[in-house]
Amino acid sequence: MITRWLLRRLARSVDDRLRTAPVVRRVLAAVFPDHWSFMLGEIALYSFVVLVLTGVFLTLFFAPSTADTVYTGAYAPLDGARTSAAYASTVRLSFDIRAGLLMRQSHHWAALLFVGAIVLHLLRIFFTGAFRRPREMNWLIGVTMLALALFNGFTGYSIPDDLLSGTGLRILYSVTQSIPLVGEWLVFLAAGGEFPTDEMVPRMFVSHVLLVPAVLAALIAIHLGILIRQKHSQFPGPGRTENNVVGSLFWPSYTVRTLALFAWVLAVTFALGGLAQINPVWIYGPFDPAQATSPAQPDWYVAWGDGALRLFPAVEFRIFGQLVPSPFLPGVVFGGLTFAGLYLWPFLDRRHGRDRLAHQLLDPPRAHPARLGFGVAVLALFAVLLAAAADDVIATILRVPVLDVLAILRVLALALPVPAGVTAYLVARALRANGGRGVGDLTRADVRSAGRLVCVGSPVGGAPTGIGTPEGTAEPVDADRVELWRDRTGLWRWRYRGASVSLTANRAYPSRAEAERAARTAYGDLSVWEVAPPGGRPGAPAAVAARAGRAAGRVGGYLALAAVAFWRARRDRRR
Amino acid sequence: MTGRDAPDRRERPASAIAAAAFGVSVLGAAGFAAVYAAGGQTQLEGLTLAVAFAGIAFGLSVWARRLLPTGGYVEEHEPFDSRPTDLRLAAEALTGPESPVRRRGLLTMLALALGALGGAALFPLRSLLPFDRVRPVHALRTTPWAAGVRLVRADGTPVRPADVPDGSVLTVFPEGHRDRGDVPAFAVRLDPARFTVPPSGGEVAGVVVHSLLCTHAGCPVALYLQGTARVLCPCHQSTFDLLAGARPIAGPASRALPGLPITVDADGYLVATGDFTAPPGAGFWSLK
Repeated sequence: MITRWLLRRLARSVDDRLRTAPVVRRVLAAVFPDHWSFMLGEIALYSFVVLVLTGVFLTLFFAPSTADTVYTGAYAPLDGARTSAAYASTVRLSFDIRAGLLMRQSHHWAALLFVGAIVLHLLRIFFTGAFRRPREMNWLIGVTMLALALFNGFTGYSIPDDLLSGTGLRILYSVTQSIPLVGEWLVFLAAGGEFPTDEMVPRMFVSHVLLVPAVLAALIAIHLGILIRQKHSQFPGPGRTENNVVGSLFWPSYTVRTLALFAWVLAVTFALGGLAQINPVWIYGPFDPAQATSPAQPDWYVAWGDGALRLFPAVEFRIFGQLVPSPFLPGVVFGGLTFAGLYLWPFLDRRHGRDRLAHQLLDPPRAHPARLGFGVAVLALFAVLLAAAADDVIATILRVPVLDVLAILRVLALALPVPAGVTAYLVARALRANGGRGVGDLTRADVRSAGRLVCVGSPVGGAPTGIGTPEGTAEPVDADRVELWRDRTGLWRWRYRGASVSLTANRAYPSRAEAERAARTAYGDLSVWEVAPPGGRPGAPAAVAARAGRAAGRVGGYLALAAVAFWRARRDRRR
Repeated sequence: MTGRDAPDRRERPASAIAAAAFGVSVLGAAGFAAVYAAGGQTQLEGLTLAVAFAGIAFGLSVWARRLLPTGGYVEEHEPFDSRPTDLRLAAEALTGPESPVRRRGLLTMLALALGALGGAALFPLRSLLPFDRVRPVHALRTTPWAAGVRLVRADGTPVRPADVPDGSVLTVFPEGHRDRGDVPAFAVRLDPARFTVPPSGGEVAGVVVHSLLCTHAGCPVALYLQGTARVLCPCHQSTFDLLAGARPIAGPASRALPGLPITVDADGYLVATGDFTAPPGAGFWSLK
């Protein structure tokens, strides 16, 4: 009671100064589509928050420097060892600072989750055609954020200056150096000299904790701003059109759901960070240019690049007598093509489908066999590349020579994508042709949520069981229609009545004209019927309870005010 | 709407479950604080913190699923084409008579000034590579190895040909340059009768020395396969045949490991007679 009173007072005083009520009302009433795949981007967002939180803790203890240091501390095998300050401080963080290891490992796990969620989010957007007009802009921003996330992940695990990451850094250095004409200058400017230099760790640190996160934060803000302005897309379904959004309200349903997701992300990252060891740099040892770990695998999100470097045959050639080294094609060209393809996809897809229209309704993946087939083929190639990054591990497990594994993977990289893509294409065509629901049918979940609508919304001819939907004895309707009514408080409301669902408008309108305009925007020229307010039951007990609650709140508020006044009076008297 | 003030039968167990979950979260948080205060233990810290967040997450999930409406709402979604009047007025406001857009000459000069400034602003980027450092091409082509430089182990002790073990490789450095990235080399003892191609750096009593850095991406070729006298790079599995001039025979590398020309000095220690036979490590544009 008292909280409600306080909240209302606060809202009133803010509104007096900023006139926030209309905006707040719109935002709270925003409708989000009910489909699990719309939560993937949120997982990425919350992983970013976890990264910032745990990362700030780490910066307070990490020393971004390669200056010679002697580590003294609880980790006996390295006690008294001469290492770089970066490495020593990372070991100190892991063993001598309380909760330090938890924060370090959670940070690393959150990074893996961050990129994983981004990639899954991207796949959802890709396969359902959510990148189409008007959302190309957000696709471009999203791909940029993916690239930044990969880069920041790489600098993040390179700055501890351990043996494994030092080797990875050397590979990136060599790949950059392989760029014709500018490669040598590029690496020298980036690293300040020939590998390894003392400038690398501090420069990567600044980029890792300041530059890239700042850009990411700005891009996230723009990404979400555009999302709010454009509203969500949605899967096709009953009552869903190109001009509406069907689902649950932001307040309260999605507010609670998204906070739950945030807490889940925190729970999972801290559980992993506490229980599952990751990047044990104290086992790898400090970086030494004359040593390497074996086996050596990078984090999964850069492993496709490493796999490409392993699989690609030794091709070196000369242009005008100048060398183009072998990492150039698999490293620079393949990586460049990957991101160029991602950036250009909305425009290629538009040209291929001759589709320049704006879309709010998503394609079920099978509705677009060519896109599905292409996507599956590319995924198959990347799956082989990921496996290739672990070829030495596979060889050890299977007890076969690593070069045989390499040969098989080379064949797979060439032979697998096309059949995989063609199979996906054919399956999609078959599904589309007979209208059947089956393999690879993402809308199965959609059916489930439509089923939920039937039991929670007001089903036609069934008993109303809903919470928060207008309850009414709904007589069967012949055709889809929009119903408009004036509620008891004099505000206008409307709802959509279809054969299987009933959807309530998310807001109330002061005038009939406004309500009708909204309904006509959402449902075009569906017939509009003015009806008696549905939900005959006035709900007397509830009203009484509410009134009693409000009264109690008022009493509580007065009591609090009285208490404050009394306390002030006493203070004044003491003076 | 309904059910907020008068909980029905369905939601009472749900709210009890959610409340219990929040209670578990309190226990988790208290547990985390206790573990931390008692000296800290990573696994328990992670577990208690995870329980604390999972309690909140589970409670909120139950709340969202059982106590709040799911679905059933619709919001209109206006198309994004503005009305023609709006478009026209916006265009007029932007390009009206007083609009800076109309001052072509001024705009050109301003663009020129900004472009010049932008170009000038690129120059300080050169500071990223200090001027007292060697220019890239020269630095990449050369190493501190030179005539008369002794081969030393990682701990700085010089090496006699007899010190090179039979079954393994010995990592060597130029004396006084242990930490440079381009210097590591390895010495290995081979049977001169088995050479199919003479080693590029020559041999002293069967000892040959090559750069340790893979010519593909610069990783140390740390794995020595004794029987076949091959070295394997752990990064991308490039394999080099030491009996055939350290030529690459598998994997993505396509240049031989540079050899180090060696001899023995007056004290019987191995010394270089010059730099590597080719720049060590990964390739680059101006590599000859």
